[in-house]
Formats: sequence, C-alpha cells, structure tokens
Amino acid sequence: MTSTTLSAPASAPERTAPARGPAAARARRKRVLHWIAVHSVAIAVALLFVLPFVFVFLTSVMSDSQAMSGDLWPDAWHWSNYKEVFETPGFLDWWRNSLLYAGLGTLFTVCSAIPVAYALAKFRFRGRRTAMLLVISTMMLPPQVIVIPMYLVWAQQFHLSGTLWPLIIPMAFGDAYSIFLLRQFLLTIPKEYIESAKVDGCGEFRTMVKIVVPMAKPGIAAIALFQFFYCWNDYFGPQIYAAQNPGAWTLSYGLESFKSAHSVNWNMTMAATLLVMAPVIIIFFFAQKAFVEGVTLTGVKG
Amino acid sequence: MAISLSNPARRRLRTLGFLSPWLVGFSVFFAYPLIATVYFSFMHYNQIKEPTFVGLRNWKYVFEQMPLFGPALWNTLWLVVIMVAVRVVFGLSLGLLITKIKTGAGFFRTAFYLPYLAPPVAATVAFVFLLNPGTGPVNEILSSIGISGPNWFNDPDTAKPSLVLLSLWGIGDLMVIFMAALLDVPKEQYEAADLDGAGPFAKFRYVTWPAITPIVMFAVVTGVVQTMQYYTQALVAGKVASGVNIGPGSVIQPGYPDHSTLTVPQLVYQMGFQNFNTGAACVLSLVLFAIAMAVTMLLMHKRSGLLAAED
Repeated sequence: MTSTTLSAPASAPERTAPARGPAAARARRKRVLHWIAVHSVAIAVALLFVLPFVFVFLTSVMSDSQAMSGDLWPDAWHWSNYKEVFETPGFLDWWRNSLLYAGLGTLFTVCSAIPVAYALAKFRFRGRRTAMLLVISTMMLPPQVIVIPMYLVWAQQFHLSGTLWPLIIPMAFGDAYSIFLLRQFLLTIPKEYIESAKVDGCGEFRTMVKIVVPMAKPGIAAIALFQFFYCWNDYFGPQIYAAQNPGAWTLSYGLESFKSAHSVNWNMTMAATLLVMAPVIIIFFFAQKAFVEGVTLTGVKG
Repeated sequence: MAISLSNPARRRLRTLGFLSPWLVGFSVFFAYPLIATVYFSFMHYNQIKEPTFVGLRNWKYVFEQMPLFGPALWNTLWLVVIMVAVRVVFGLSLGLLITKIKTGAGFFRTAFYLPYLAPPVAATVAFVFLLNPGTGPVNEILSSIGISGPNWFNDPDTAKPSLVLLSLWGIGDLMVIFMAALLDVPKEQYEAADLDGAGPFAKFRYVTWPAITPIVMFAVVTGVVQTMQYYTQALVAGKVASGVNIGPGSVIQPGYPDHSTLTVPQLVYQMGFQNFNTGAACVLSLVLFAIAMAVTMLLMHKRSGLLAAED
C-alpha cells in the first residue's frame, strides 16, 4: 500500500459558476449545518480525551491537602512537587533502567528484524508461508503462556532474575511483531531495485545494507518506535524478573510503589504519572509520521 | 568459501543465515517454553524440590476445585466480549468522525490519538484518581450538575465498565486503522451512491461497510487476542483503588473489589510466582493459549489482511 497520507481530504472549493437560486442556497445551508454538527461533536469528544491530562496536571501542582479535596483548580502552584518526585530515592535509577531496557531492546529488535523480514519478504524458499504463519502465531501468543518455564531457565540456569537482561536478550533473536510489520513494509519495495543491485554484483547482504535498509527507513523507524514504547510501557516483564530487586525497577513498574509510598499524596503520584507519560508523548510529537505509517501498516493490506 | 556448493544449496544456506536470529528465537523463546509448559502441567513442582509426575491432578484442580478460576475466566471472557465490541464500535465512530472533519483535522487526530500512547500503568493510576469516588474530579463535576456518580473502580458492578472506559481513552490505534481504511474506500462509489439518491445510512450500509469489513475483522481478532492478555490495567486498577499500602512484590488477593477485576493472566502470576504452584499456573497458561490459538486459526481462515500481499 502507499503510505496513507493522514490529511483528511480537504473539500475542494467548487469550481462552478456561483450558484444562484433557492436550491443552491439550501444546499449551502445544508453544508454549513453539516460542518457545524461535525465540528461540535469533534470538539466535545476531543475535550473528553484531553481533560484527563489536564486534571492530572492540575492535581500534580496542588498542595497535599488540596489534592485530596476534589478541587479542580490549584489554589497555589506547587512546582516543587516535581522536584520532590525526582528526589524520591530510586526514582532516577528507574529512569535509567527504563532507558536501558527500551534503548537496548529497540536496538536489538531492529538489528534482528531487518534480515529476517527481508528474507521473508523477498526470498523464495520452501516453507516460506509456514514460516510466516509461525511468526504470526508467535505474535498472537499471550506472554503469560510461556513465562513460567522461561523464568525458571533465566533464574535457575543463568541466575539473572533481579535484572532486566532476561527481557532484553531475547530481543536480539527476533521479535515477531516487528518482523511481521517490517516484512509488510518491505513487500512494497519493487523487485527491480534489488535485482539491479545484484546485477551490479552485490551479494544478498550488501544489497540489504546498501539498498533495502535505506529504502525501508520509514518502516524501520516505525518498528523502532513501537518497540521503544513497548519496553517503556512494559509492566509484566519487570514484574516477573525485577520485582525482588528495586535497583532494577523501571519507571512503569516503580510508579505503583510510588503510589504506595505516597498513598495519600495524589499530587505527588500525579506528578510522577505525568513524568512517566512525558517521554512517549514528546517522542510522538517528533516522530508522528513514522507512527502513523506503522499503525496503518498493521491493518491495511500490503 | 573453501567448499564449493551447488547453487541451490548455497541459496538455502543463505536463507537460513538471514532467518537464523528468528529460528533461534523461535526455538528457544517460543517452542521450548511451550513444550515445557505442557510438561509442567502434568507435574507437581514448587520450584524447590524436583518435579514429580502427578498425571491430570493439576488439570482437575484447576477445572474442579480452584476457587478463583471461575470468576477469573468469567471476567476475562466478559472483557473479551464487551470491551472488544465497545472498542470497535467507538473506534469506527471516531474514524468516521475524523474523516468528516474539515477544519483543524491535525489537532483532532492528535487529541484522539495521544492517550493511546500513555503507558498503561500511568493511564490506570490517572484514571483511578480521576474516578475516585471520594475525591476524584469526575464525581465532583457530576455532583455539581446534580448527578451522584457511581463508585467506579470501588464497586464490583462498575469496576469492569470502568476498565472499559479506560480502554476507550486509549482507542487511538484503532481509530487510525479505521481512518486509513475509510480513506481507502473509492470515492467513485460514493458518487455513484449519491446519484442513486442514497442517504447517509444507505451509503454506510452498501458502500462503506463492505469495503471495511476485513479491517473490522482484523480489529476484532487482534482485540480478542489482546484482551485475552489483559493484565496490567486490571491489576494496577485493583491495587491502587483498594488503597492498601502495597509495594510491588507484596502478596495480596488480586481482583479488588470482590475479584471483579481478576483476569486469567493475573491468576497465572499468582499461582506461578506467589503460591509456587507451577503445575496449576501452567494449566491456566494453556487455557489462555488454547483460546488465543482458536482465535488465530479463525483469523488465518478469514485472511483478514494479515497474510495478504503474498507475492
């Protein structure tokens, strides 16, 4: 599929002679009413989507007592709440662990997905369809199904429980979702480019590095982003492997203990909550296009 | 290469080389643990002493005696049916709305999409606060217009609907998929329908719906598979709403209030990592696996765009 541009089709100004008469006036009135109806609904719905962020933010700068009161607007703006969150013991470690997990996990995923997706998209070999079916089956597998034997291996054979490595290392061996997504993208690259590289005497590997990777940048960006977010948001993984060792907690996992430690301070909890959300939201604003590319790739026929 | 190979053999080796990361990953991180899960489901194993074979005892225990299995399965299936249905309807409605917006489309798209990116833990903690019956802003607003709000996450009857509400806040991914599908419907068909004098409902029924059915299928199936794994939001909502001072790792009865938010994956965790009942945990895993696989088969059968673009 061609990358769907996300701009909704603008209504082209009608290039007809200025319409006259009651029928034209009625049509125009109908159009205006339609515009008003659509946009009022949109504004109402958008408010519902944005307000949670607004309330979370407003609560995060309230005083302890006001945050408990159900008030909507802070009497005084306590920016120091954020400073206090950062001074919470361990908070900076969680930050570091989250970045480590998400950063390395993304790097490993991208490096392992490129050759596999390339082979699945462009090579002809027996069992290609079966391989694809297996990739999709892995994608559909709830992580809880295999977690117990996996945990036993990491904990008993490798003594790596209490670290994030059991979550990071597997990503060097292909993540099904990323392989699937990247393959869908690579299918759209015309064969001719690859063939002409071969005519010029490139081997498969050089073709991949020199031709395919540069052409697949948007697809690669999409899987990198998705994987980064997946790791950043992951709760179940750190709960399994890092629970006993607070030094290995990630932000997503630590947030809950933060809530327990500040059980009555909704303002602190909301400040921390916003800080956990902030990186993904900032990244999104910088990489909006890559995202949309990825999301539409999943659901749209190649 | 020192050894000269015939061309097909070389090609096969090269294919294997490119696929090797995934071949290793598939065997080590998928096939092996799956077989081991089946193996442990017939064993008594407390993760300290050597496992001993007990036949079908774990299976019998889960299906006949385990007190929480019924509620957990019921909650999971409830969420699979209701949450997926509501999400698909809402996602499609938003997709339709966004394709009709002519002014400020970029702003609206971002507003609808952004919450989807919020980490599930953060979004859940935020919602538990917003919907907090005593001090939350939502009930505060409701009472100011004369409505006494429900107890949301603190009432067994409304806890699951509250989770559905939370999932609707994160509808962005579905919205974008539907939007792309709606924009791909050929315009000529709408024009033809216009000439035939079709109203908006007839247009949706005879033009839009047939064109987007595969995507709706896709959304339903992936939604079911995702909801089968529904874990983080339910667990965190229960813990935070219960207000108990619990750090991570502490053992509590999950599913507050009254097991109404207990899902099968939570039970897997509880059995495997808190009660050290490996056998029962593996049986529960396989129940999840069976349902997820059944849905996947359905998907393969329907070919809803997932395996399209073969050649």
